[in-house]
Amino acid sequence: MENVLPVIWFFIIGFGVAMYVLLDGFVLGSGILTPFADDDHQRDTMMNTAAPIWDGNETWLVLGGAGLFAAFPRAYSIVLSTLYLPVLLMLIALIFRGVAFEFRFKADSSRWLWGIAFTVGSMFTAFAQGVILGALVEGMPLKGGKYLDGAFAWFSPFSMLTGIAVVFGYALLGATWIVLKTEGRLQRIAFDLTRPLMLAVIAFMLLVSAWLPFLDDTLRQRWFTWPNFLYLSPVPVLTAINAALLWRAVLRNRELAPFVLALCFFGLGFIGLVAGIWPNIVPPSLTIWEAAAAPSSQGFVLVGALIMIPAVLGYTFYSYRVFRGKVTSDTGYH
Amino acid sequence: MSDAEFLSRIQFGFVISFHILFPAFTIGLAWWLAFLEALWLRKREDHIRDLYFFWLRIFALSFGMGVVSGIVMSFQFGTNWSKFSTAAGNIIGPLLSYEVLTAFFLEATFLGVMLFGWRRVSHRTHFFATCMVAIGTLISTFWIISANSWMQTPAGYELRDGIFYPASWWSVIFNPSFFYRLPHMVLAAFLTTASVVGGIAAFYLIRDVHVEKARLMLRCALAFIAITVPVQILVGDMHGLNVREYQPAKLAAIEARWETQRGVPLTLFAWPDEKAETNRYDIEVPHLGSLILTHEWDGEVKGLKDFPVDQRPPVKPVFFAFRIMVGIGLLMLAMAATGLLLWWRKRLNSARWYWYFCAAMTPAGFVGVLCGWYTAEIGRQPYVVYGLMRTADAFSGVELGSVITSLTAFIVVYAIVFGFGTWYLFKLLRKGPIAAPPLRAMTQTAARPMSAAESKGAH
Repeated sequence: MENVLPVIWFFIIGFGVAMYVLLDGFVLGSGILTPFADDDHQRDTMMNTAAPIWDGNETWLVLGGAGLFAAFPRAYSIVLSTLYLPVLLMLIALIFRGVAFEFRFKADSSRWLWGIAFTVGSMFTAFAQGVILGALVEGMPLKGGKYLDGAFAWFSPFSMLTGIAVVFGYALLGATWIVLKTEGRLQRIAFDLTRPLMLAVIAFMLLVSAWLPFLDDTLRQRWFTWPNFLYLSPVPVLTAINAALLWRAVLRNRELAPFVLALCFFGLGFIGLVAGIWPNIVPPSLTIWEAAAAPSSQGFVLVGALIMIPAVLGYTFYSYRVFRGKVTSDTGYH
Repeated sequence: MSDAEFLSRIQFGFVISFHILFPAFTIGLAWWLAFLEALWLRKREDHIRDLYFFWLRIFALSFGMGVVSGIVMSFQFGTNWSKFSTAAGNIIGPLLSYEVLTAFFLEATFLGVMLFGWRRVSHRTHFFATCMVAIGTLISTFWIISANSWMQTPAGYELRDGIFYPASWWSVIFNPSFFYRLPHMVLAAFLTTASVVGGIAAFYLIRDVHVEKARLMLRCALAFIAITVPVQILVGDMHGLNVREYQPAKLAAIEARWETQRGVPLTLFAWPDEKAETNRYDIEVPHLGSLILTHEWDGEVKGLKDFPVDQRPPVKPVFFAFRIMVGIGLLMLAMAATGLLLWWRKRLNSARWYWYFCAAMTPAGFVGVLCGWYTAEIGRQPYVVYGLMRTADAFSGVELGSVITSLTAFIVVYAIVFGFGTWYLFKLLRKGPIAAPPLRAMTQTAARPMSAAESKGAH
């Protein structure tokens, strides 16, 4: 049990983070794309597509944080204290993004301010998350539970690349979401954004994949030795097929398919990165077993997670059903 | 204490103080909304529905600010207090995870239905969503108070090599102070909301606007406070006995008692002098201290001198915060008693001076909640886990520059965001409970997507 529980928890937290990245990804992406709208009405519509569900989506991030705290307290402690500044940037950006939903519809003369807060907040949240992800994948050499190289050790070409890549990735999710949820001129704008965004995201994915083997020996061995290469080959193969399908769906002006395929595309990229981390929770050396909480702690929360996560998924599905269909700028607040 | 640690303490105190204001308000507000909607479903009177939507807008704004300031909290343990997270993660992590799993998702998801679903779901379903949000706030309170109470009165653990391991989850969750602190906080939150509802109603009465609705609000608030304040005082008293048993140094600081004595007086006011280990300018009532704290005329109360200097909490903040909290409790009692008397004499609708009193009490709950938490948390010092782990040993050791950056960022950002938030709240309150969205739209089939033409028509 002591050996199995950390594995289960690795997957639960991975699932939680993936849910967050996908669900808040398209909300943040919609925010990143607001400058491309023609006018304030379209911006209202873009926000209203996400207004009823953004809070639930963001809660997956809190689950990821709390789950990490419960299941791998050492990883939680190390990651957050060493990535102090990127985490701070993410939190501040999330504050502005979050309150913008409420404030923008309550403000009169300061309305423009919360439009900017929404865009910039979304952008920096995405960037900070990309940096955190990049720094984590790159590995954090530790000494006595502390990062080796000080407050800015996360700052590297690779983490900057992943930071920007996530901004574009979320923007792609956002564009396909806007395509799904709107019609007319705004939908057209989103369609037109999807193609260049897709090219950019594919380029970023190739760049990150090409860079990964040079980051560290374990990553190289993970991907490029036999038989690992065989086991992992479905990931790049599926990603390539997915990219082709996504391209075709966009060209054919499909409404639902691009969104679903963009989610899968993003999910595969996420799996590709996480496959490189395993069995570490904080690369290059802290394994999930070393960082694991007491079995009684992991077991206690596991019971709750197994009961509650299906319930959460159930009523999340329900709320998406309630708010299904196209959104117009008038379907607004209350 | 290093500068970085000191600033981290300031930062935690700052972000948590801001955060607690919102849950303290929204817990009660969610139940007030559930009450209003239930009342409307029974009576179908328009002014009740107007009130529901009025308070719903205020709820949405406050809840939004609570959410974003709460996310900051869930990362603070790791960023600035990572040694605490490592040591107590086995215990605190699961409690917070249960909070997310059982409460946060429930609140967040049904909040969406509550705010935006009026035209898309049936009235009953909408009421169900309101109730889910209200229940969610209490489940959340349950877990967070459990975690905090464990830090006050740890139980059900084994301590090996500086790491806490759970031995009995039952004892961890239902630790010795939990059953006192949970009702104390829930009642405090309800009282905070009731004071706001009553205070705002009084404002409208003074200005002679929304009079019918204001009268209803004032009566509801008054009835609620009249029932709750006496219970709260009782719970507070029992909580005090619990503190005496499990955290005697905190009690000594609350009362500014230096010597262990029998038949201690109650200090109404004093200026505690920590260097000289005595009180100046004290005003005392003989024997009342023992009577309240021990329920005996000659009961013994431990003094601070029984504890080494490095095991005492700071006396002044704890002493004064506690007195302000109790003072506010007594003011609320006075507000309820006076109000009931006026109600009975049928003068509630004309007693202008009383409206001013109620209006002045609008922020009382917030001050009371803050002071109560300052008493509890500063009184726990110098420990983060009472008697077992010192706050100084919990600090992450992050660089001073990082903490200066984050503290400055939080102060600036909170000033902007909560400044605007408060301004928008005032705007809503000034506008008052005007007409709610049209009823006709609600009778549409549930979950029917809106077409563009339809909503243009409604506009």
